[in-house]
Amino acid sequence: MNTRLSADERNKFQNSDLIRKILNGSLTIAIVGLSDKKERASNFVGSYLKSERYTIIPVNPLKQGILGEKCYPDLASIPVPVDVVDIFRRPDECMNVVKEAIAIKAKAVWMQLGIVNRDAAELALQHGLMVVMDRCMKMEHGRYNGNLHWAGMNTEIITAKKVSRFI
Amino acid sequence: MSEKRKFGFETRMLHAGHIPDSYSGSRAVPIYQTAGYVFDSPEYAASLFELKQYGNIYTRISNPTTAVFEERIASLEGGTGALATASGQAAQLITMMTLLQPGDEFVASSHLYGGTYTQFEHTFKKLSVKVHFVDPMDIKNWEKAITPKTRVLYGETIGNPQGSVFDFEGVSALAKANGIPLVIDNTLASPYLCRPLEWGADIVLHSATKFINGHGTSIAGVIIDSGKFDFSNYPSISSPSIPYHNLNFFETFGHYGFLMKARCETLRDTGATIGPFDSFLLIQGLETLSVRMDRHVANALAVANFLKNHPMVDWVNFAGLPNHPHFDRAKKYLPKGAGSVFAFGLKAINNNPRETGKRLLEELELFSHVANLGDCKSLVIHPASTTHQQLSDEELKRANIKPELIRLSIGLETIDDLIWDLEQAFHAISR
Repeated sequence: MNTRLSADERNKFQNSDLIRKILNGSLTIAIVGLSDKKERASNFVGSYLKSERYTIIPVNPLKQGILGEKCYPDLASIPVPVDVVDIFRRPDECMNVVKEAIAIKAKAVWMQLGIVNRDAAELALQHGLMVVMDRCMKMEHGRYNGNLHWAGMNTEIITAKKVSRFI
Repeated sequence: MSEKRKFGFETRMLHAGHIPDSYSGSRAVPIYQTAGYVFDSPEYAASLFELKQYGNIYTRISNPTTAVFEERIASLEGGTGALATASGQAAQLITMMTLLQPGDEFVASSHLYGGTYTQFEHTFKKLSVKVHFVDPMDIKNWEKAITPKTRVLYGETIGNPQGSVFDFEGVSALAKANGIPLVIDNTLASPYLCRPLEWGADIVLHSATKFINGHGTSIAGVIIDSGKFDFSNYPSISSPSIPYHNLNFFETFGHYGFLMKARCETLRDTGATIGPFDSFLLIQGLETLSVRMDRHVANALAVANFLKNHPMVDWVNFAGLPNHPHFDRAKKYLPKGAGSVFAFGLKAINNNPRETGKRLLEELELFSHVANLGDCKSLVIHPASTTHQQLSDEELKRANIKPELIRLSIGLETIDDLIWDLEQAFHAISR
């Protein structure tokens, strides 16, 4: 698995127990920076999470609705509790998003693959949020439920137990 | 489910990629002999076709039995994923068609399997792709051949049939300095003897027909990606894909980008797909890979030593012998053994080296005269009259293949019987 993080940081921000706890225990995912353009990575992740039966809430001040869901200009405007704040923003914009996530009492913040802001991550941890960084929510979900396995990818999951490949 | 423990190579040979399913509990990997797959709903089908969801559409693109093989070999090579193909030649074609565009060039070692040489030199010309072959023995040759149009560096872990060992550190440093991916054919070593991704290669290929299958029962190939090459400025992978609504495979799939593009575009369009039953045979092969390879290399070393000391033998090209120029390099990159495929030449009888080689084939009793290698059974071939016969005299010379050259693929037979066979054949042709 590729990442910019050190081994200690991986253990802190990409730990499989943590990732599975978030994926299993969450229903509502606010996606900050979700694009309405079909070819963008955020659109792929959003549509995937929606098809995997999560409630997705697009956060994009420039749009009315994306992927059939109403858009909100910022996290504070969302009228329902949010479990995970999934971030598609430049690293230098993550601190503000994390502060908003703390303010709305989100349970977790998730910075997508290639997005690393260590200060923002530490701040979220200090406020009791779970934090994943430099991982893709679609890829991680696909690793544990077997979807990525169908594509020939190395999920690194090894067991001789009879189990369904679900999280 | 445990992914916290780093399981050993042998454990992963047996378990990686296959979790017994909850409905049948089948311990062996089931053979999903199907062309199509029932979709959950029209919306779900649409998301599969748009690549927004991972899943099975049609066996030309993916198959559940094949997926077990792919994940297993990816685990053994230390890659991020894999793509199985109809043959080793197809693995090369799909890799190159995914990476290259018309007008691109690539640099390849001249110590290559003859079929690869022909594909690169002649068939790729039809795709407007130019290969530059270099003598791999000197790193300066690689350096000199790289131009602004070079998009790939290519070589074999063990050059077939010279027995040369690839200069991983030298060439991978050059690849990195120039931002070019290094593609390695690891067929003759198998991931048990060498894992090129650990030595700086970016993509590994196999003719899985050979040691991976191990029993000479399938034609198959596979591509494994490290996921570490930065394709963000690499035109073929990061430019918008028109059939997929301008999708940028590298931006959207990150370290899976190359393999997703190879599967969903190149494999889809070339149709060079492996069948589920062949994938099953490869899985069976992988389950015993380490056990077979240990025996292969032990037998090969014993045969090479026998030949080296025989008065009728002129030369032996085996990097496991101290007189080979790459003996030290083999110890470094292939510490468990330098493989079990190597070439030797007999001293010419009646001044006719070609006839001497041919006569030996006629007299061997136990070695099978076969255009294959990596079988449990010992195999022998005379390249000048078979695998390399399409090459002109000039090309044959450039590929360093002598007319008397005999290539052996040492199998798992009783070692004394293999040596007996060579001895009796030598005796017969010397009369």
